[in-house]
Amino acid sequence: MSASLVVLIIAIAIVGWAVLGYNGLVSLRNQVQNAWRQIDVQLRRRHDLIPNLVEAVKGYMQFERDTLTQVVEARAKAISAPDQASRMAAENQLTGGLGRLLAVMENYPQLKSDQNVLKLQEELTTTENQIAFSRQAYNDSVMQLNTRIESFPTNLIANNFGFKHAEYFQGAPEDQAVPKVDLAMGGGTPPPPRA
Amino acid sequence: MAAARSDFWQLERRNRRETAMLVVVFVALFTALGLGLDFVFHDLAIVDGSLTGFPLLTLIALGFGIFQSLLSYYGGASLVLASVQARALAPDTPQHQMVLDVVREMALAARMPVPRAYLMNDPSPNAFATGRDPEHSVVCVTQGLVDTMDREEVQGVLGHEMAHVRDYDIRTMMMIAVLVAGIAMLADFVYRSMWYTGGVGGGGGRSRGGRDDDGSGGNAGALIGILVVVLAVLAPFFAQLLAMAVSREREYLADAASVEFTRNPRALLRALERIAETESPLRNASRGTAHMFIVNPLQGARDDDEGFFANLFSTHPPLGRRIERLRALLNEAGGEAPPAGAAAATPTPRR
Repeated sequence: MSASLVVLIIAIAIVGWAVLGYNGLVSLRNQVQNAWRQIDVQLRRRHDLIPNLVEAVKGYMQFERDTLTQVVEARAKAISAPDQASRMAAENQLTGGLGRLLAVMENYPQLKSDQNVLKLQEELTTTENQIAFSRQAYNDSVMQLNTRIESFPTNLIANNFGFKHAEYFQGAPEDQAVPKVDLAMGGGTPPPPRA
Repeated sequence: MAAARSDFWQLERRNRRETAMLVVVFVALFTALGLGLDFVFHDLAIVDGSLTGFPLLTLIALGFGIFQSLLSYYGGASLVLASVQARALAPDTPQHQMVLDVVREMALAARMPVPRAYLMNDPSPNAFATGRDPEHSVVCVTQGLVDTMDREEVQGVLGHEMAHVRDYDIRTMMMIAVLVAGIAMLADFVYRSMWYTGGVGGGGGRSRGGRDDDGSGGNAGALIGILVVVLAVLAPFFAQLLAMAVSREREYLADAASVEFTRNPRALLRALERIAETESPLRNASRGTAHMFIVNPLQGARDDDEGFFANLFSTHPPLGRRIERLRALLNEAGGEAPPAGAAAATPTPRR
């Protein structure tokens, strides 16, 4: 094979690799954006579910006014939040409030006989899980993208075409806390959320 | 043991590497047998140091295998579902609704489209997934699984099944099946040819008469002929062993991926322990479908035997081993509570 043919083949191989690398980065970046939106979808689902749940349990849980109010208020804050930061804070508060509500519901055996309540409880549980898993999926996508951007030799392409690192989603401390259940009968105020 | 120090990402990487190596050996075996046959029975030959001729037999065997697997590739999911008499899973009871929800949760964690869910009417707790790629995937659970497992365990099981789809295990095993079928076909051809030509040396000379320029060609031909016979006898056996080894690797991989999705080794661990407690085999499973289930569903194939030979021919690793690995992952994580997201049930101490 002549030298110029060899050079041509090498050049084509390099261009081919660059194209594949670029497309791979684009794909990962889009995955990250999609995963971010997916979190939003789940959060909105939760907003929609809460009024029904509160309505359904209100009759049985007259002594849990505080818990229910906190949930309703946190939801309102989340829906009307002006910016991302306050939105996130409100959503985390909502997560905490719902966790407490679900825990407290265990104290009311009558609730278990109400099919409607059970259905809503399951919907809420799965929504909380889906929110958490979509956050996890987002972070996994971010990890994939960041690793690809940093690895040699794809980092050459990434730097040249302006691919930036993505930010991980950080949960708030109250997210990780297992809600403390106040088992005193007739309710009592649940502990305030950890700041 | 290295596994004790790995997290599930490392386990996954290791499993993928090992599968790749196994597949390479497989392809090499197939190629060796095929080309050997073409050497002896067809017109493949080495003339003046370069390879000439056409590897017809190799290609025929390959084509046959590919045709077979294309049939199962495209018809696959429906055929399997029909054979186990599965029906679509509907949210008609709270448990069924829970399973449907968990399917959705695991699809989110796996970053996959949501598979269609089916139900098998069988009291033995088991599950399988099938489908050529994530867009065309199906998971199926037994009524027994729905009845006996709680939410956390169902998460573990479904995570494992969806991992099979995400990692294209169904496709991999189909490819392996092509190679196994092809090897069997080539070996079969050797037997028939030997029967008809009364030996290998004679067959070698048949079509190569015009090419043997010097006497040394005949000796090489006989040697290759003997090698081909030995290979033909041993290859199907080794092919089967390799296929089983690949299958076991993929099972371990799916276990690790289940932990990747749930971030909770306890989920699958408890599920496998619960399955280990039950004895009953699955009614509608057959040898052909057994490999797809999360635990081997056939009578007397409980995956409990940990002996070397019992293991070699098994599609699944021993349950005890799988449980051990999961326990190691759990200890690695410090046995701590899973992240808030995995709130499997309502947040009470009982999960």
